[in-house]
This record gives sequence, structure tokens and C-alpha cells, in this order.
Amino acid sequence: MNERRVSPLVSFRQVSARIGQKDIFSDLSFDVEAGETLVLLGRSGSGKTTALKMVNGLLLPSAGEVSIEGVPTTAWDLIRLRRRIGYVIQDAGLFPHFTVAANVGLVPRLEGWPLRDIDTRVEDLLTQIGLPPAQFSTRYPRELSGGQRQRVGVARALAADPPLLLLDEPFGALDPITRVELQQQFLHLRDKLGKTALLVTHDVREALLLGTRIGVLHHGRLVFLGGRAEFLKAHDKEVRSFHTCLEETWKETI
Amino acid sequence: MSSALAGDILDLTLEHLFLVSVAMGIAAALAIPAGILLTRRTFLQRWVLGFANVMQTVPSLALFGFLIPLPFLGGIGQHTAIVALVLYALLPILRNTLTGILSVDPAVRESAIAMGMTGRQLLWEVEIPLATRTILAGLRIATVTTIGTATIAAAIGGGGLGVFIFRGLASVDTTLLLAGAVPAALIAVAADRGLEWVEQKLSPV
Repeated sequence: MNERRVSPLVSFRQVSARIGQKDIFSDLSFDVEAGETLVLLGRSGSGKTTALKMVNGLLLPSAGEVSIEGVPTTAWDLIRLRRRIGYVIQDAGLFPHFTVAANVGLVPRLEGWPLRDIDTRVEDLLTQIGLPPAQFSTRYPRELSGGQRQRVGVARALAADPPLLLLDEPFGALDPITRVELQQQFLHLRDKLGKTALLVTHDVREALLLGTRIGVLHHGRLVFLGGRAEFLKAHDKEVRSFHTCLEETWKETI
Repeated sequence: MSSALAGDILDLTLEHLFLVSVAMGIAAALAIPAGILLTRRTFLQRWVLGFANVMQTVPSLALFGFLIPLPFLGGIGQHTAIVALVLYALLPILRNTLTGILSVDPAVRESAIAMGMTGRQLLWEVEIPLATRTILAGLRIATVTTIGTATIAAAIGGGGLGVFIFRGLASVDTTLLLAGAVPAALIAVAADRGLEWVEQKLSPV
């Protein structure tokens, strides 16, 4: 009897990325299984954002294959694929000429949901992220704080209930207190809604807090991939540099 | 001021407004779509902007003169004047359309694509609304310049307030000169203010 194996939600197979003359990475392989949060951790220029953008086809591999639900991105109708994947970036990238409600309701509208359903969905999401709709839905992004904008960005990504979320340094531009609040909120929402997430960051604390698995990218190579406990015990040089960031060096100075 | 002169001022002002409106209508209809197209065809940018730039540098009286011997576009009269005015108005509109769309925040454009907008939706729902202000500013500059340049149309029989100016120059008559220059200046100021108001009203953010 043939055992049917559920294919991973996202799968990188010997993927290379070349932008212009520059090789960003080559021969990158990993999977994102349904339900997990995989954090790609790396310094600036490690290729982590490039990898993320290959998942929703903003970039296509120069070699190898990125598959979503078993289908390579080159075979997907990219418009359809993107509407099934939530996308959150640093500073949110909200549409400055749309109200909060129009920003959050964008993908449902593109997908042709009935207006009433969009309104209900937007109100529900705004309530969930702690921005009361009565007060916030008619505001414009410039009338919000950085933390509020980022919340709206998360709500917009969740609007059409996509199975997968991509997050590129989503909390990077926030002050430390707001960042921790939003990280906690993200954990809560993710667990409640059962989303799969691929998150990119250079913040090792964020990786440990949010990631069910952590992948470390260094000069376009995946030098480590594993759970949090393994990460803390790993001996790779780049992983150890991240360990150093965790040591509380200020203690010795007081 | 005799009532005959007052009547002439009204007639020539209307003619002037006609020249400017038709020229601006055509220039906008050509330059805005061309500017949008240029944002998609980067290799054409240099050529098209170069052409529009050269057109701007040709002295206006000479440009009107060059057009006279041309078949279809040229000759004596209003249509030649309109062709010349259109050529002048192209550059500011073209350049502002291009700049307006290219200066849309890359993060916003990337978000739009990542949300699954089609190329058409990206253009109509994001790029054009966010570029509106800059495009209108281009239209305003072009309109105000065209109102001034249109006075030269009289040199090739195009009519308009320039008729007074050329007549005044020929007969060294200050009253006639002013009868042409003052209304032209007033129209320019009014157009500037009016279009500025539209700019404020229509800008989405």
C-alpha cells in the first residue's frame, strides 16, 4: 500500500539566487512544515530576505526549485499564489492613501468578497489586534504610531485567512517595549489561528522567542537548521556569534 | 477705454483661452499616458525625455516659424499655433508623470505586488493615486507657461492676446501692449491658483 505523505507547505530544493552579477546564495534546501514557525536568522546581506521573496514569487530562483504545496512557484499563477500568502514587512508598507479598513480589507476585496463580509472581517481583525474599529478604521496610516501601523500590517496579512505568513523583520523598526508587545501578540494570534510562518530576522532573541525551528544563514549558506535547544548547543562559528549576542555583557560594567 | 477696445479684449481673451485649453488638453492626453508607459519601458526614457527637452530649448518664436512650411501640422493659423504649444507643454507633464510614479515608495509598491495586485491594479489603485499630486503640478507649470507662450501665436496668425502685443509693438502703443499683456498675466495667475486648489483637493494623502 502506498503511504501518502503530506508534502511540506514550502520546500526549497537546491535553490540558487543571482541578482545581476551577484550570487546571493546557491544550493539552498529546506522545508517549512505546516504549523511551524521557521525563523531564518542572519546578518544583513546573508540572503535571508531574498529567500523569503522567493516563496511568494517576488523573486524566482536562478536554479533549483521553490515549491508551495508541492507546486513550483514557476508553475503557479503568481497572483493567485500571493493572495494565499500573507506578507508583512518592516514599517508595514501600508498604502498611505487607503484608510486602515481599506488596507486590511485589500486582499478580500481583490478576491471579490461581498462588501458585508469584508466589513465584518476587517472589524473582527482590528478587534483582535487591539485597535477598536470604531476608533481606527477610518484613520490613515500617517495618523498611527509605528506599533499601530505594524499591527495593521499583520491584520492585512491575515485578512484573507492565508495558510502561510511571510514576515520580513516585522518588528525591527519598533521601540523595545512595543516590540515585545507585538511579538507576544503575534505568538498568541499564530497559535490561535494555527498559521504556518516563515520569519526573517537578525535578532537572535526574536528567533528564540518566535521560532519553533531556526535556520541560520551565513554568506548564502544554511549553516544551521534545528530546534531552539539544538541552536543553543550548536558549535558552528556563526551560531556561536549569535550566542554571544545573548550574553548580557552589561552586567560586568556595573 | 473705448468700448470697441473692451470688446476686442474680450474676444481675444476667449480666443487665447481656446488656444491654451485645446493645447493643454492634447498635451495632457499625450504626455500622461506616455509618462506612464515610460515607467514600464526604461530604455525609452532617455530618448523620449531627450526629445521633449530639445523641444523646450527651441526659442518659441523660431519654433512657430519652423512649423509654417510643414505639411499637415504647419501653415498659417490656429492649428499651427496649437501644435507648437503642445510641443512646449509636453516636457513638464511628461517629466512629472514619470517622477511621480517612480517616486512611489518601493515598500508600498512591493506590498501591492505581494498582496496579489495585478499590474493594472497596481497602476490604477496605487501608482496613479500616489503620483496625482506630482502629475497635477506638472500640468500647472505647463499651463502657466503655455498661457505666456500663446501670446506668440499671433505671429503666425494664431490669434489670441498676442495680437494686441504685436500690434502695440509695431505702432509703439503702450495701451495696446497692456491690453494684451495684462489679461494674459491675469489668466496665468488665475490658472495657477485654480490648479493649485485642484491639486490640494485631489491629492489623496
